[in-house]
Amino acid sequence: MEVAGEVLASEFQLHVLAVDDSHVDRKVIEKLLKISSCKVTTVESGARALQFLGLDEEKGSLGFNGLKVNLIMTDYSMPGMTGYELLKKIKRSSAFREIPVVIMSSENILTRIDSCLEEGAEEFLVKPVKLSDVKRVMNDCIMRGETEGNNRRRVDKRKFEDDNHASSSSSSSSSIPSSPSSPLPSSPSTAATSSPLHSLKRAKLRDHN
Amino acid sequence: MDLIQLQRQLVDYRTSLYHEGFLDEQFTQLQSLQDENNPDFVVEVVSLFFEDSERLLNELSKALEQQIIDFKRMDAQVHQLKGSSSSIGAHRVQKLCIVFRNYCEVHNVEGCLKCLQQVKHEYGIIKTKLESMFQLEQQILNAGGSIPV
Repeated sequence: MEVAGEVLASEFQLHVLAVDDSHVDRKVIEKLLKISSCKVTTVESGARALQFLGLDEEKGSLGFNGLKVNLIMTDYSMPGMTGYELLKKIKRSSAFREIPVVIMSSENILTRIDSCLEEGAEEFLVKPVKLSDVKRVMNDCIMRGETEGNNRRRVDKRKFEDDNHASSSSSSSSSIPSSPSSPLPSSPSTAATSSPLHSLKRAKLRDHN
Repeated sequence: MDLIQLQRQLVDYRTSLYHEGFLDEQFTQLQSLQDENNPDFVVEVVSLFFEDSERLLNELSKALEQQIIDFKRMDAQVHQLKGSSSSIGAHRVQKLCIVFRNYCEVHNVEGCLKCLQQVKHEYGIIKTKLESMFQLEQQILNAGGSIPV
């Protein structure tokens, strides 16, 4: 999985827009993304993010929107527009709803995680974000880009996650507690601890179908 | 002091910072991100932490001097401080921020004042220790050596 990620990364560089009001966190996430071979743009607020994307009708596109954004990673708690509000705006825009959005938060609150996933967030990372978290998100994005169509994408993504889970040797320490309603065994020490969360999301989707 | 002694001193110093709970594994993460392309990465991130922290501590002091205390705003500021200290692995500062936020939530002025003092104190300590550590690293580099991992 790691080798596949590296090969793909050299052919196609993801452009990531990182949104965080903290100077420190912007610097760290920028480094994590650059090390993971991404092009990075950092902005300090949801409003700036929308401007960059060209979604802010008042200010216009300001000539920034030349580079296509492949992924948005945003902090949850920001003054003004929260990451959740930014997520909603993006998912409700016809032009940008396809861009995967990852939420980062220092607070591990289940209702918060659920609402973000419900609004269409790809992942919810608990801060401080580690390199293993970023690499996993990258792998998911690259795999996602390889498949066609929304429904197929979701099924394939789950398949890749299952493969990833089986072969992954690095354990992510994004500590997300298992939901009490989760059908999965809750084991905090499993490798790739976000897998139960993904499976929970997928399980929810499958139940609806 | 010769190079080997300097390097040993650095390793011992760093180890003690972890053992005494001043730093946690997030600091190690940051160090692992540093490379030849960006040899000052850790110093740069920590400098941003110092700037942010000093600004926030000033604002918190001012907030607690007001006639009417804006606990909500203070809570947001402590949250920011908690976030940046967590991001660089400043463990003790981070833990104190959690307690501080609890006092903000229940509007306990005495508790907030006490916490602010403690956070200022711990921040002062970690700042001094990190600066000493960076100085030691610089001495090693100046002596033509490399920083032991």
